[in-house]
Amino acid sequence: MAKYLLIESRDPFDSNDTGSYQALAGELVKQGHKVTLFLVQNGVLPARPGTKSQGLTDAVKSGVEVLADDFSLRERGIRADKLVAGVKAAPLDVVVDQLVEGRKALFH
Amino acid sequence: MAEKKTLTFAVMDAAYENARTTTALRLMDIAARRGYDINVFAYEGAVTLPFSKQSPHPNAVHGRDADQEDHPLPRKFIAGLMKTAKEKGGKVDWINCGLCVDERGVAEAIEGVRRGSPGDLVKCAQSSDNTLVIGTR
Repeated sequence: MAKYLLIESRDPFDSNDTGSYQALAGELVKQGHKVTLFLVQNGVLPARPGTKSQGLTDAVKSGVEVLADDFSLRERGIRADKLVAGVKAAPLDVVVDQLVEGRKALFH
Repeated sequence: MAEKKTLTFAVMDAAYENARTTTALRLMDIAARRGYDINVFAYEGAVTLPFSKQSPHPNAVHGRDADQEDHPLPRKFIAGLMKTAKEKGGKVDWINCGLCVDERGVAEAIEGVRRGSPGDLVKCAQSSDNTLVIGTR
């Protein structure tokens, strides 16, 4: 089992390929890997329940750990206690933790 | 004592262009505060980040002079990053792609920045605990 860190900086209102990235995270879990999808910058926008949140909901249901950068949330006025079910606010330190852990890391 | 960690970051966005630069610097800052060694390979427009001739400017629209405007300069952020790393027992090896520098005429970089090539990125990656490539779109 490999461990992956997928960092998402783009939002689904601007980039259609965010859905593919979320699906990739889910597929990796189905294949037995451990995956964290870390949302940052405008990537946190779908973490607020809305029309483009289903992909994150599906990712959570498939077993992906979905985290949203707390600073990016605050910048955009998104409350950490109002996120899509299963998505958690987290500090950017988590990314550094997982990098030194040796995870396979992608930035999108 | 914890084992010394080394992280490599490849960045490509030019100064003042994209929030990815902010995210990259935030990650480097976290690593610096932990005392990690940090390698940065700046490619394409990112070689403008440590350009030493970046200057603060006034804001005539709002009637503020340069001091009042206090315009943020990436070169100062990078100098601060290097200072923090040193204070915490780590270091920052910032490598600017030489050809990218020449193309853009930004050879004057702050102290601590050196010229290199993509081959240096490979060497950094091979000697690091991990590498994160933050590309442009």
